Amino acid sequence: MSATRTLTDFIRALRSAEVQVSPAEAIDAAGAMRLVGYADRTALKSALRPALAKSEAEAEAFDRLFDLYFARQASAPRPQNSDADRDQTAPPQDMLELAQSGDEAAIQAAMERAGQASGVQDIRFSTQTAYFAQKMLKQLGVEQMEAKLLEALQARTPEGEAEAGEMIAARRDMLMRARAYAEAQFDVFGQGATEAFREDVLTSKPISALDLADLKRMRALVEKVAKRLAVKHSRRRRNRSTGQLDVRATLRANAGLGGVPFRLHWKQKKRDKAKIVVICDVSSSVARYVRFLLLLLHSLGDVIPELRAFAFSSRLGEVTDELDSDQFEGVMERILRQHGMGSTDYGQALWDLKTSYPDIIDRRTSVIILGDGRSNYGDPRMDLFKEICARAKRVIWLSPEPESMWGTGDSVLPRYRTHAHAMGRISTLTDLERTLDRVLALYD
Amino acid sequence: MTQTETSSAYGALASPEAITAGLGEVGYISTPDISMAVYLAQNLRKPILIEGPAGVGKTDLARSLAEWLDVPLDRLQCYEGLDESKALYEWKYGKQLLYTQILKDRLNEVLGEGDLSALTGKLGDFEDLFFSEQFLEPRPLLRAMQQTKGSVLLIDEVDKADEAFEAFLLEVLSDYQVTVPELGTIFAQVPPIVVLTSNAVRELGDALKRRCLHLHIGFPDAARERAIVGARVPGIEASLLKQLVAFVQALREEDLRKQPSIAETVDWARALTLLHVEALGEETVRQTLNVLLKYESDIAALENKVGSLARAAASAP
Repeated sequence: MSATRTLTDFIRALRSAEVQVSPAEAIDAAGAMRLVGYADRTALKSALRPALAKSEAEAEAFDRLFDLYFARQASAPRPQNSDADRDQTAPPQDMLELAQSGDEAAIQAAMERAGQASGVQDIRFSTQTAYFAQKMLKQLGVEQMEAKLLEALQARTPEGEAEAGEMIAARRDMLMRARAYAEAQFDVFGQGATEAFREDVLTSKPISALDLADLKRMRALVEKVAKRLAVKHSRRRRNRSTGQLDVRATLRANAGLGGVPFRLHWKQKKRDKAKIVVICDVSSSVARYVRFLLLLLHSLGDVIPELRAFAFSSRLGEVTDELDSDQFEGVMERILRQHGMGSTDYGQALWDLKTSYPDIIDRRTSVIILGDGRSNYGDPRMDLFKEICARAKRVIWLSPEPESMWGTGDSVLPRYRTHAHAMGRISTLTDLERTLDRVLALYD
Repeated sequence: MTQTETSSAYGALASPEAITAGLGEVGYISTPDISMAVYLAQNLRKPILIEGPAGVGKTDLARSLAEWLDVPLDRLQCYEGLDESKALYEWKYGKQLLYTQILKDRLNEVLGEGDLSALTGKLGDFEDLFFSEQFLEPRPLLRAMQQTKGSVLLIDEVDKADEAFEAFLLEVLSDYQVTVPELGTIFAQVPPIVVLTSNAVRELGDALKRRCLHLHIGFPDAARERAIVGARVPGIEASLLKQLVAFVQALREEDLRKQPSIAETVDWARALTLLHVEALGEETVRQTLNVLLKYESDIAALENKVGSLARAAASAP
């Protein structure tokens, strides 16, 4: 296999693992490879890494794939090997002969060729290994051998039986090898794609339908979402000038130039710092959603300079400090223990907020309320809610229930809806991300 | 520009090993990865973008490179609101103004009598004079392009600058040229070695990342850290050096808000030698811990662990 082919295949493997490699970078990598040569793997690794991996996450994927990919390369026979030369020109030899030759290098080379021919690099899911192994066997001439096998069996002689036994053993041996090869290929080319696919599925899966195994993975996913939001909203943008001359600043800046206004200063628009108040209903029907919202907010800590979190079922209490701790493990359980008892009472919670934290909501504040609005037929205290809506920059109500359920039974959502700036349903992680994205955009 | 010109300026960068050795001469302890990135940067004509925690020697790499190669270091410190006039060039307004004043007094003398169009023409000649290199104040980027024997251009903490500035850098970084509208495009006589550093305050744009070689410098392993501290604090006892590096390495395993980086280790080593400490003890560590840890909460969190950490470090092999 030529060096260029090796490199392009490697880049393909990188791309499948979500390392974005542009053609320009591929050219850089080829240049780097030409400079340091192919012989010293360590040098090659440290030469290709700066050209191909452009972030820490990418460097991690790069290291993993480089080891996988080039370990395989090293075990494959080099072209200068005379055996391999012969193999490359020779037509596919008899599979039985090959399996019995015990020539590891020749078998490996044959596997490589069969793998190339059957396109095993397109493997995306581990379930495809069997399929590709079969395809490779076909390339290796399994059909001819099976025909012979049939003949031998039909002969019904002891020699035929023995021959057939050998062939069956050879077939099994080669199938195992082909599977192993396909699995190794999956590690290099497919794993990244599978991981990406799994994440895709999870982010759009309703939170209520997640099982325990998913929850573990979700944790990592939520952090990914938080990072994405953080990157997006921590980008500082140059303050837009409003087109008004700032006379004082201009005069001051040009004082050294005899007051001749060489450099003009414009009035700048001030941006609000993000200030978010979240109020979560932690009764059992909503608790699961609260977990994800709080986890997301916890991971977003650096982007939101001022975050206050409250939890309630009947009485409301502040849980900001819980969120501030470095470990999220156990936080949710503690919150549930402290605030999760009692029957839900929205009116009481709003009253508690007003009396215990009277100054918490001002015109810079965005309020996110997460709850189903089922207040056990208690007074929803619409007057208090109206007051909050009038005072805050924005009030967003998130409900885990579909819109058709709003207003049924003891739900008072439609009444709250008339005052809130927005009301929506959250069911997936994507919904949460979108909501927070909108809120943070208010402060960009 | 010819290849020979470039190679004479950066001839010492012949191989990664030569770079490691050369940087070692000026007290920078390199790793194969770092040397390789520098080697590639020179040979592929690409800027290096270095990321990593604060205080691991990102800026120092550029400084040491310049010192070793004996070329000037042009440093551009980025911050929010940095613009072209601070990074590229500025007209010397004061000087222009002064000349205008002088000219004003002698306007009649210089211009003489004549009809209006002739006078305007004459005035136009002066205008060109005002916007010439004589009145140009070169800032780091332009200065790096003008160096005749090569230079190291350090664009420090590029993540602190605005996105608009990042876009502006692209011309400089990919073609080694800058455009001054009044003068035209200025090409680098000898392309500088460009080093960009970032503390990941914000994610850099893809366009910039794709144009650079990416190098991540993390915390060093014990052996390299010993070498660095040994190079920076020449008088230090070998046994103390071993102990304090072992302590810092163990400290990085702890859950801290800000992990101590090499800069802090060096400071600590200096402090300990100044205090004539011969071996690491619990009391000494407790008294000097504020050199290593920059947050009160970190110091408090370690309160109970200092003793065992110090003992472990003191008995380190």
